[in-house]
Amino acid sequence: MMYDVIVVGGGPAGLAAACAARRQGAARVLVAERDGELGGILNQCIHSGFGLHYFQEELTGPEYARRFIEKLRESGADVMTDTMVTAVTRDLRVSVLSPRDGVQTLSAGAVVLTMGCRERTRGAIAIPGARPAGVLTAGAAQKYINVEGYAVGRRVIILGSGDIGLIMARRLTLEGARVLACVEAQPQPGGLARNIAQCLRDYDIPLYLSHTITDIRGRRRVEGVTVSRVDAHMRPIPGGEMDFACDTVLLSVGLIPENELTQAAGIPMDERTRGAWVYEDMQTGAPGIFAAGNALHVHDFVDFVTEESTRAGEAAARYAAGERPPDGRQITVCAGDGVAYTVPQRVRPDNVPRAADVFFRVRRPLRDARIQICVAGEAAHTHRRARVAPAEMERVPVPRATLQRAAAIGELTIRVEGEEAHG
Amino acid sequence: MVDVLVIGCGVVGAGIACELARLDASVLVVDGENDVCGQTSKANSAIVHAGYDPQPGSLMARYNVLGNSLMPGLCERLGVGYAANGSLVVAFSAQERDHLQTLLARGGQNGVPGLRILTGDEARGLEPALSPDVRWALYAPTGGIVDPWALTIALAETAVRNGAKIRLDTLVRAIAPQGDCYAVDTSKGQVEAHFVVNAAGVYADAVHAMVAPPTFAIAPVKGEYLLLDKAQGTLVHRTVFQCPTAAGKGVLVAPTVHGNLITGPTAEAVTDREDVSTTARGMASVRALAAKSVPGVDFRATIRSFAGLRANNARAHDFVVGFVPGHPRFLDVAAIQSPGLTSAPAIARDVAGMLQAHGLNAPAKSVWIEEPLPTPFRRLSAQEQHALVARDARYGRVICRCESVTEGEIAAAARRPIPPRSLDGVKRRCGAGMGRCQGGFCGPRVLDILAGELGCDPLEIPQDKADSRQLIGRVGEGAWARDV
Repeated sequence: MMYDVIVVGGGPAGLAAACAARRQGAARVLVAERDGELGGILNQCIHSGFGLHYFQEELTGPEYARRFIEKLRESGADVMTDTMVTAVTRDLRVSVLSPRDGVQTLSAGAVVLTMGCRERTRGAIAIPGARPAGVLTAGAAQKYINVEGYAVGRRVIILGSGDIGLIMARRLTLEGARVLACVEAQPQPGGLARNIAQCLRDYDIPLYLSHTITDIRGRRRVEGVTVSRVDAHMRPIPGGEMDFACDTVLLSVGLIPENELTQAAGIPMDERTRGAWVYEDMQTGAPGIFAAGNALHVHDFVDFVTEESTRAGEAAARYAAGERPPDGRQITVCAGDGVAYTVPQRVRPDNVPRAADVFFRVRRPLRDARIQICVAGEAAHTHRRARVAPAEMERVPVPRATLQRAAAIGELTIRVEGEEAHG
Repeated sequence: MVDVLVIGCGVVGAGIACELARLDASVLVVDGENDVCGQTSKANSAIVHAGYDPQPGSLMARYNVLGNSLMPGLCERLGVGYAANGSLVVAFSAQERDHLQTLLARGGQNGVPGLRILTGDEARGLEPALSPDVRWALYAPTGGIVDPWALTIALAETAVRNGAKIRLDTLVRAIAPQGDCYAVDTSKGQVEAHFVVNAAGVYADAVHAMVAPPTFAIAPVKGEYLLLDKAQGTLVHRTVFQCPTAAGKGVLVAPTVHGNLITGPTAEAVTDREDVSTTARGMASVRALAAKSVPGVDFRATIRSFAGLRANNARAHDFVVGFVPGHPRFLDVAAIQSPGLTSAPAIARDVAGMLQAHGLNAPAKSVWIEEPLPTPFRRLSAQEQHALVARDARYGRVICRCESVTEGEIAAAARRPIPPRSLDGVKRRCGAGMGRCQGGFCGPRVLDILAGELGCDPLEIPQDKADSRQLIGRVGEGAWARDV
């Protein structure tokens, strides 16, 4: 079976990419989704706050997904749900498995990888203690409660202040559970400021920064945890431990892009984002294979996922139609002082109409921040922000003219400076 | 009344039950947990030792070497993951080289084939990831790795297929001699048995004490492990042991048959026989020691930390396999510490023979049913996969995305002779939930599938042991009451 564009994953990124590919003129577009329905993780995010940027209105996760599912239906793209992509190869073949059709290998003119991300687990952060039931990731709890209709615990400690954990603190409280504390090892929250305010502060849930769980007790079910203060190197400081009697520990300690398919295909990765590295049009290092959304790097807002994936879908459609970016120099976008990573990591200036949007995260919270786009050590552009934080993704436009100047030396650096800030 | 009651269904008890099921005798196995393989057999190094470690002449030496030779054929027949990957004991100093010489000599006496001492460079030729500080290594080609869960489950299921009965969630509370049999009081009623085999693991001394004064004392030693993502699973291909030092026995770095990398164990004496907690100190020591042998281990790829107890004997460094003095029908199979997993098949044979020699009058059965465990779907060829989906569409639905486990496999596991009753029971049988997301995505779906197959409420399905409930009720049914 031959498709112009095959999109791997039918979450928000895949939906936007497929719609965009159709709009761009790709005749045969397929979305392969392993779940029984489209929408991805949005389906369990029943809180509102989605779409403020993209639709200028406040939607719930399922509502946001619904709009794109309808768009996709109108677009005439093919959809295979209950379909697991088991392999993608660099010659643009996609192997899938489904109850209906068994094992099939499809070929494509271009592939877009939008597999999303997964949560870091207890094992990944090696919390010491017993291993009773009642320790689960915030996203798993969210699915149990919002989709499956199960109650997960009565007295809850949340480790990590990622957005899903914060959202679940509020959700559990509204359901009648008691959220005793949110514990964050870093000196600043991992989630958005608005979620700290709306999900913790509004419900009087204490947030312990620079603290972590150093022991979990309980034979069958969690019975309690010990929370300790940690130093700047995340080492527990003896003395001043707090014990909490609780039956549940929710983990919200980070998200990891899902890239098993990407790596199996031998697509070059960026160790910092744990996604593929991409060009300005979201093409990976493998011609014809594009990546977008949380499989590429973890986003804060689905709106940006949509935007980025739209770019990937359009470029994939153009690639499938035989268009290739103009030959020319490419530049590496370097993460300079204070910057953890950038996406895209490479830019082909001749493939940029006016400006390339570069997304990045800062390493530390700063006030009065100056974001500089530097060519050959000199700031070509400076953008000011009242405050920046690792939890909030930033983006700056890099004009084509600047890119072309940078092409002479082959690189461009994004750096940030400002006053140290906490919280 | 049964001919033989086996107390404990770890790899030792399951192996014994399987050997006994070959005979025309009634066999009952009881275990206190809700699944076989519930304690030591589920949390260990998963190593098939070559046999150079035990003292010549010990039971350990005999059973280890025999067990090692039985393991490949047994695993092949039962469809249990096994690999003869070979092992290396690495030495960092001349003093440690002397230890390798000791092991080499011991191995020779124990009858371990193919042992030789390599230079550091030769060892790194085999395993490029070994530390440049490794100066010598003892190479044992017969060292192996095995899936201890699958082995225990397959042995127990083979026993059941051949007529043995198994009762889980059944704790032995008292044993009283009664004429030429024993009356055994359990949490699920009384059992009368002509012979009793005590394979109760860390509780074997307590079971022994129900009939006779102690002849051994279990002093459990906790071992903590870190299990790493499959991305680290090919860092080494052979099992890499260390020489014991004043600081401890050292830790191993080894691939697992599932393709992960395992590191550990620590060794900490504990008194609490249910204490399988991990500690910050223990995990830090595993990381540091493993890095000494293999500096490139990337512990950021850790997917699980766990601990298990070894049933060491405080009175002697050897297994206890024999009839209790004054009780010619009560057989201890106790203190089966390392290399217990390797030894289990040999011990099982020996125990069956000992029972026969002591009056278990049962001829071999004429019919023997052996069925290998199903091959994981992900290991089948595309044609085989396609055919399986055509027969049962549920094989086309991947539930555990990390390990590519399908609904068909989970449903099939629930129809096996010893069905899983917990999420971890499914994990041990199918691999669902043992990958990098640790069940975060598939847990809710596994729960539903298992509950459907078992015909029970999903709320009744524990995470692992009985009552280890992940869920407390349904939304909107008052499950969240604040007064708890």
